[in-house]
Amino acid sequence: MKNDLDRDLSLSLEESSPQASRLDAAHLHAHDTRIHRQDRAFSTRENQAHALSLGGYRALSVLVAVGVILVLLWGVMDLPAFGRDTNPVENEVAERYLAQGLQEGGATNLVANMILDYRAFDTLGESNVLFTAATAVLLLLRGLQTREADRSLAAAAPEAPADPILRAGARALCPVILLYGLYIILNGHLGPGGGFSGGAVMGAALILYREAYGSEKMGHLFSFRTYRAISFFALAFYALSKAYSFFTGANHLPSIISTGTPGAILSAGLILPLNIAVGFVVCCTMYGFFALFEKGEI
Amino acid sequence: MNLQILLENRVEAAAIILFGIGLTTLLLNRNLIKKIIGFSFMDSAIFLFLASEGYIAGHTAPIQDAAGSLSAASFINPIPAGLVLTGIVVSVSVTAVMLSLTVRLYQRFHTLNLDEIVQLAREANEEEEEAND
Repeated sequence: MKNDLDRDLSLSLEESSPQASRLDAAHLHAHDTRIHRQDRAFSTRENQAHALSLGGYRALSVLVAVGVILVLLWGVMDLPAFGRDTNPVENEVAERYLAQGLQEGGATNLVANMILDYRAFDTLGESNVLFTAATAVLLLLRGLQTREADRSLAAAAPEAPADPILRAGARALCPVILLYGLYIILNGHLGPGGGFSGGAVMGAALILYREAYGSEKMGHLFSFRTYRAISFFALAFYALSKAYSFFTGANHLPSIISTGTPGAILSAGLILPLNIAVGFVVCCTMYGFFALFEKGEI
Repeated sequence: MNLQILLENRVEAAAIILFGIGLTTLLLNRNLIKKIIGFSFMDSAIFLFLASEGYIAGHTAPIQDAAGSLSAASFINPIPAGLVLTGIVVSVSVTAVMLSLTVRLYQRFHTLNLDEIVQLAREANEEEEEAND
């Protein structure tokens, strides 16, 4: 039945005669009655009992939530005081990262040292989580419109040209945002920043460009092939560049790459290339999420 | 209840209350999108809690100068910062997967209400079984 309705809809869109618009109205009417039928189905006696149990459920869930809050607040009262340097969480692990980080990792941003040198495997897993999520969204949403009947709708109504203000603004802003994202990535081992934040900023620039100029024009700059290539090479580079520590007894601190002069752009061994790899993966994933949710296509 | 300690640990307490708000949203709403919003609330509450654990009053962000002259005792704890970074990335990924599953459910059942989805799915199952018999 649904297929018939959709065929009616696509017919009515292809033709623009008054008859077609009547068809359209008939379709809308059919759709309305379908919704009403559904509503009636939810108000039988059986469902009134259901509604009653729903009230009980609501009361119970509020009770559970308040209970959880109270128990956890009780736990908070046993926590050591906020912001003291004598708290048990400020232990020798953090002290070691802070005291030895600059000599051993070479990055003046000690957090970057920690996540991309001492705990680089952790960050590799993190990039893979992002990539896996993008793959899952791709599987769920890609090509959805080819299966759904509303493809004819999309074909009948081509993408509306974007607002001139948006286009002019995007032309001025996109390069600046991209440059800023690149700066955050390249500055990740020297100051606040890094691959994740910089990649997110670059992804935002790509999204802005797509919104202003449409997905067709974006396809010349960033297609599904680009997405595949960048994600694959960035993740493979990351995995291979960290694999050598397997051969050095999982102790990758005495690196073959010198840590360089602290504070220089080409310092801190592998941290800069790894930041770039992570940045590209994050950038692709952010843009990919947006494109998939908008159109079901990268 | 010792309110003095609760007041001193007010950041953690706020994180707990935010977590509770998220849990209530998750439990009370039948709309899948609102459930996802509740889930994100809970994520943010945990990040706030972790970040507050790493804070030390009067200490600065762990960025050494090029000469390495700043004392290690002048920085806050960098480990919770790294953990929160991981957490944010995972929460973004999980939210995206949940939202795409919701898109698929909406396209199948034309509703976001979980009760209606369960009922419609059950009806569809029964119809299928009848057709098989």
